[in-house]
Amino acid sequence: MYVAVKGGEKAIDAAHAWLAEERRGDTSVAELSVAQIREQLALAVNRVMAEGSLYDPDLAALAIKQARGDLIEAIFLIRAYRTTLPRLGASTPVETAQMAMCRRISATFKDLPGGQILGPTFDYTHRLLDFKLAAEGEVPTAPTAPASLDAVPHVTAMLNRDGLIQTEAEGNDTPPDLTREPMELPTTRPLRLQAITRGDEGFILSMAYSTQRGYGRTHAFVGELRIGTVAVEMDIPELGFSVEIGEVELTECETVNQFKGSKTEPPQFTRGYGLVFGQTERKAIAMSLVDRALRWKELGEDNTGAPAQDEEFVLMHADNIQATGFLEHIKLPHYVDFQAELELVRKLRREALAHGEAAE
Amino acid sequence: MTPDALLGGFTDAPRQSARAFRAALEAMARPGTLWPIEGAAPPAPLSVAAGVLILTLCDGTTPLYLGASCDQPVVRDWVTFHTGAPLVAVHEAQFALGTWADLMPVDRFAIGLPDYPDRAATLIVEMPALANQGPRLTGPGIATVAHLSLPETAAFCANRALFPQGFDTYLTCGGQVAGLPRSTIVEAV
Amino acid sequence: MTDQTAYNFAYLDEQTKRMIRRAILKGVAIPGYQVPFASREMPMPYGWGTGGVQVTSACLVPEDRLKVIDQGADDTTNAVSIRRFFQRTAGIEVTEATADATVIQTRHRIPETPLTEGQILVYQVPIPEPLRFLEPRETETRKMHELEDYGLMHVKLYEDISRHGQIATAYDYPVKVEGRYVMDPSPIPKFDNPKLGGNAAIQLFGAGREQRIYALPPYTQAISLDFDDYPFTASKADHACDLCGAPDSYLDEVITDDQGSRMFVCSDTDFCGSRRAAGHIGPMGTPSAGG
Repeated sequence: MYVAVKGGEKAIDAAHAWLAEERRGDTSVAELSVAQIREQLALAVNRVMAEGSLYDPDLAALAIKQARGDLIEAIFLIRAYRTTLPRLGASTPVETAQMAMCRRISATFKDLPGGQILGPTFDYTHRLLDFKLAAEGEVPTAPTAPASLDAVPHVTAMLNRDGLIQTEAEGNDTPPDLTREPMELPTTRPLRLQAITRGDEGFILSMAYSTQRGYGRTHAFVGELRIGTVAVEMDIPELGFSVEIGEVELTECETVNQFKGSKTEPPQFTRGYGLVFGQTERKAIAMSLVDRALRWKELGEDNTGAPAQDEEFVLMHADNIQATGFLEHIKLPHYVDFQAELELVRKLRREALAHGEAAE
Repeated sequence: MTPDALLGGFTDAPRQSARAFRAALEAMARPGTLWPIEGAAPPAPLSVAAGVLILTLCDGTTPLYLGASCDQPVVRDWVTFHTGAPLVAVHEAQFALGTWADLMPVDRFAIGLPDYPDRAATLIVEMPALANQGPRLTGPGIATVAHLSLPETAAFCANRALFPQGFDTYLTCGGQVAGLPRSTIVEAV
Repeated sequence: MTDQTAYNFAYLDEQTKRMIRRAILKGVAIPGYQVPFASREMPMPYGWGTGGVQVTSACLVPEDRLKVIDQGADDTTNAVSIRRFFQRTAGIEVTEATADATVIQTRHRIPETPLTEGQILVYQVPIPEPLRFLEPRETETRKMHELEDYGLMHVKLYEDISRHGQIATAYDYPVKVEGRYVMDPSPIPKFDNPKLGGNAAIQLFGAGREQRIYALPPYTQAISLDFDDYPFTASKADHACDLCGAPDSYLDEVITDDQGSRMFVCSDTDFCGSRRAAGHIGPMGTPSAGG
């Protein structure tokens, strides 16, 4: 006897309870604190803040804990939280030249004002599993040097003094807000940058990689990569001046790209730009390559049909929350549509078979 | 700011605006039908219906044009205090409020773009009376035929000819609202 | 703190609701045209009804009775999840009876029981653009709608006919609205297409991930695309419901054992249950609506 499926409500409750238990894992192992995640899984926290478009290390750490370490799920939690927050105002643009840097490298000049700072990087570590970490040993204190409080000019600003690199347009326009206006195509560079900085790290990385392998090649050098904290200031109309409301850690990358010149522009260098929350240098470098590839029209270059040059393709597929939701929705029931297809295929087969018999 | 401007808003915005929107939705979806709409007490000369529509649909992102008869300090202050809608000239308006005489000629208002016909103005027309008589209405939202006491026929015929572009209209009187979307075919009787 | 005080009525903040409400009204004024809107991240994933949830949230009043269905059924897990969401955040009444509901959110079906004036049917839409699988670029399809250039769609349908002898689209079957816009009715089976046009209820379509809202006001013409010599036909399994005996409802096919035995039951669980409660019993049915 067939009984129509009932009990969706019960099933959901049971699934949630089970999930909570699995999240906690073996209770004989100490529970992770949010502070531990924030301090010891900082790069995961940074990614969640960058793609969640919300700078709050504690909330990002909480999201990672709640999501059992699934970073896309954690980003989703942050996005859903962020969307309900009131907008109290907008900050003034942050001054990355005033950044208190923990890392700054240039691939274009051996030495330069402000110097190169290697900083806390994996770059020259040998990727050998460190079994000492399994024994939970404390690390020796790293040597320190006095911090410099001087502003450090950007490499591109130095190049620009000689007119060797294209000057970027400056403006005081309020940038568009991807999270408050539906995306309209074709779009503008501020909106593209906004979409890429919150785009999926893996997707942006692959797009950037594809340009290096010839699909929309842009001949990029890392002019400068800097990581550090900057002050966030806000104009308070009642006060008539701006006040510092906090600071954020940022990774900024500017690439210097070859440019042979076009009908309207003399040969000079051009740039791609990447700016991402937290220490996220893979993302920032990838972002600057994709940004540069998407600028082909503005710079009068050829569209070679490369995926990374295709604004609509890149922007419509960069968001991992949209992609994950739509990808995973196919596990929802589709009985009705499948039934309609079943009827259709049966009918087409009947007719094809009848036709075949008639022809024999 | 005039002191009256601070009064007369929603006292329970989430629920009152929800009910008001349902009336506005039914009105726009069923041209020629009249709907009660309430929840606010705007300053004269605004009708309750017009005031509630403004509170329900307008905010800091929706430029509003005030017709001459409404363009008074108390109304300006009330709209600004309760919605933050920027008050603008005719051609910039996403919403326009006034009597028919105020808003004429209505072909000055935004009709949207050929590829974005939604970027068109919504007119809120204060009426001396509102009844199910007058020009004949047919089209989407109307089972057979409806009638509505429109201020005139020709302007709405001209607007229909622009479809899918064109402005959309609410007619208000006291605590009642009727809708006339651009899709309605209007004929004199 | 209860959920109703922790969040605004029906979850979304007032500014977001105003933005959605304005989009809905423009959609109603231009039947079949997809209005762009700044879709928000909802606490459920994109592709799981976020567009429908945002539209429902913008429409709900405290007095509403909400019905949520997925595949025609009130008890499918995603329908349960969405219904609970609104119970928690709006405190509204819910119902499974189509006739008692004032707002119905649906995925993939139009209820069998005819809708009436005063009801709103909200569709969850995955891909709102009927031309998307013929032309992937938004910039291009927007131009096609502007120019009323639907040649590509007719070519596709015609190719179907030349290859299969009929239009091989079983669901998500496009309609032309009031002779102007070609519209995607969401993935309802084409059996449901005739209910789109001339419906007494307001029909609203929400696509969250794709940031589009569109609408069919009551009594709006919505004609399934076809050719004079290959007219549109609404099709279903050639059976009656095994539980309630209905000869004219859309049926799910259920495999009942590993020998390939199968039975056919109404996809609309409220419709089927009401019929059985009223004494209509199919070959394998029982009088109780539960089973």
